[in-house]
Amino acid sequence: MTEILRVENVSRRFGGLLALDRAAFTADEGQIVALVGPNGAGKTTLFAIITGFLNPTEGRVFYQGAEITGEPPHLLARRGVARTFQIAQPFTGLTVRENIAVGSHLSRPSRAAALAAAEDVANAVGLAPMLDQPAASLTVAGRKRLELARALAIEPKLLLLDEVLAGLNPSELRDMVPVIQAIRTRGITIVMIEHVMQAVMSLAEQVFVLAEGRMIAMGPPQAIAADARVIEAYLGHGAAERMRGAAHG
Amino acid sequence: MKSYGGIALIVALLACVPLLTASNVVLNFMVVALLIALVGQGWNILGGYGGQYSFGHAAFFGTGAYVTAILQVRYGVNAWLGLVIGIAAGALVGAVTGALSFRSGLRGSYFALVTLAFAEVLRIVASVAPITGAGVGTLVKLDLRWEAFQFQSRAPFYWIILAFVAVSLLIVKLIEGSRFGAYLVAVRENEDAAKAAGIDVVRVKLTAMILSAAITAAGGCFYAQYFLFLDAGIAYGPWISVEALLAPIIGGIGTIYGPLLGALVVKTLGEITKLMTGHAPGLDLVIYGAVLILVVAYAPRGIAGLLRRRP
Repeated sequence: MTEILRVENVSRRFGGLLALDRAAFTADEGQIVALVGPNGAGKTTLFAIITGFLNPTEGRVFYQGAEITGEPPHLLARRGVARTFQIAQPFTGLTVRENIAVGSHLSRPSRAAALAAAEDVANAVGLAPMLDQPAASLTVAGRKRLELARALAIEPKLLLLDEVLAGLNPSELRDMVPVIQAIRTRGITIVMIEHVMQAVMSLAEQVFVLAEGRMIAMGPPQAIAADARVIEAYLGHGAAERMRGAAHG
Repeated sequence: MKSYGGIALIVALLACVPLLTASNVVLNFMVVALLIALVGQGWNILGGYGGQYSFGHAAFFGTGAYVTAILQVRYGVNAWLGLVIGIAAGALVGAVTGALSFRSGLRGSYFALVTLAFAEVLRIVASVAPITGAGVGTLVKLDLRWEAFQFQSRAPFYWIILAFVAVSLLIVKLIEGSRFGAYLVAVRENEDAAKAAGIDVVRVKLTAMILSAAITAAGGCFYAQYFLFLDAGIAYGPWISVEALLAPIIGGIGTIYGPLLGALVVKTLGEITKLMTGHAPGLDLVIYGAVLILVVAYAPRGIAGLLRRRP
């Protein structure tokens, strides 16, 4: 498979804090890759660096074989890199349709064409009934869908999802997982930051684990869930040992 | 189209005013109100649609006014050509101030303060520079021929400023229906989300600022021809920056008819105050302030917002 994204030894320092310490990972075309890790591990910082919202202190990022380190967000978007925001960032004063159309405009100069395309995207993520509602009136689940819709509207090749499933209740979660699967079926590579492990298990082919800015493990989801280093990172030193003890005893 | 029909209807109705009255007081009042509507529409493109609140639109107004006047007085340039060059000069000032502030990432109150500072710097320079006539000011020579953009009666002036307002309405209508308009509003609502959608935020803001400055400069050029006198306090003074933002905010920020509506209301209020208080200096400004507070508190979308809420 061809590699679409390669992150090489990316570090980022905020004053005295080393948020990312030579983090590296790759994603192949058409894959769903999950980026997991405890709170504060640097996942969102890494996303911000890949999408050009932040510059790395060190390291390089490659997209489709070309270096994109430090390229501004709008140029990356035009090359097919889309992102969602962990805290939803809707255009609050606009309707759902207008929100999505902003993204559709990227390849469509005409207002009518962009508004029409927005409708198709809304159908794909289940926002069709809310098209003419103001974005401000959406529920958390609705806002997450809108984030996804706006990112899809620019017709990306690579989609970076920052916790689109966080804050959803179990039934909303059940609705959302097939939506993400359908996006992959269309050939869009997905890199997702996710805390909802149930979703990571069912969606991701490859999982990377970030803890304290370092990539501590990678592999298929089942292997990662059993990895001692990962358990320790989440639950603290000695946790893997205790869990093994509990399982046997 | 229905939407352009609205503009045509309003402009046609306003065009009848000089046919109904020959009163200089009424026409003068309307000319000034339309001038504020024009300048306010310039501000509205950048502030209302783009969310970049400028406190220094005097910089563009004054540049348009001075360039038109100085070209005529000192270089014998035709007034109509002066108008075109004045608009271009205003746009240039917009491009320079916009590039400097947007490239350095100034937003919100920082942007407002920087625009205020630019206008003040220009005011101080104009009050000492020999070319503007410094403290004495610049008098445009009386030459009541249409070739010189001067007229015997007020009616032609009225129709010309109305035509300017009509053009500004058309420009805003075109923006509303275009990709640029969608991008401009997206930048106002959320810059990060706009970037993620592939929008070159700096470029969008800069384009809006240049357009905004050009329209406001056109108002300045008209002012010079209508009143035939300029000094630094008139051309670059804070009064015009305030009028420019007051009209759209009261009328309806980010709406096409907001500036026109706001200008008419603000000017009418000003006149009523003057009549009631017997021209007590500064009292109209007190009324402006009170109205502004009321609008911001009870009608944040202005008069246009209040009207729209009713079916």
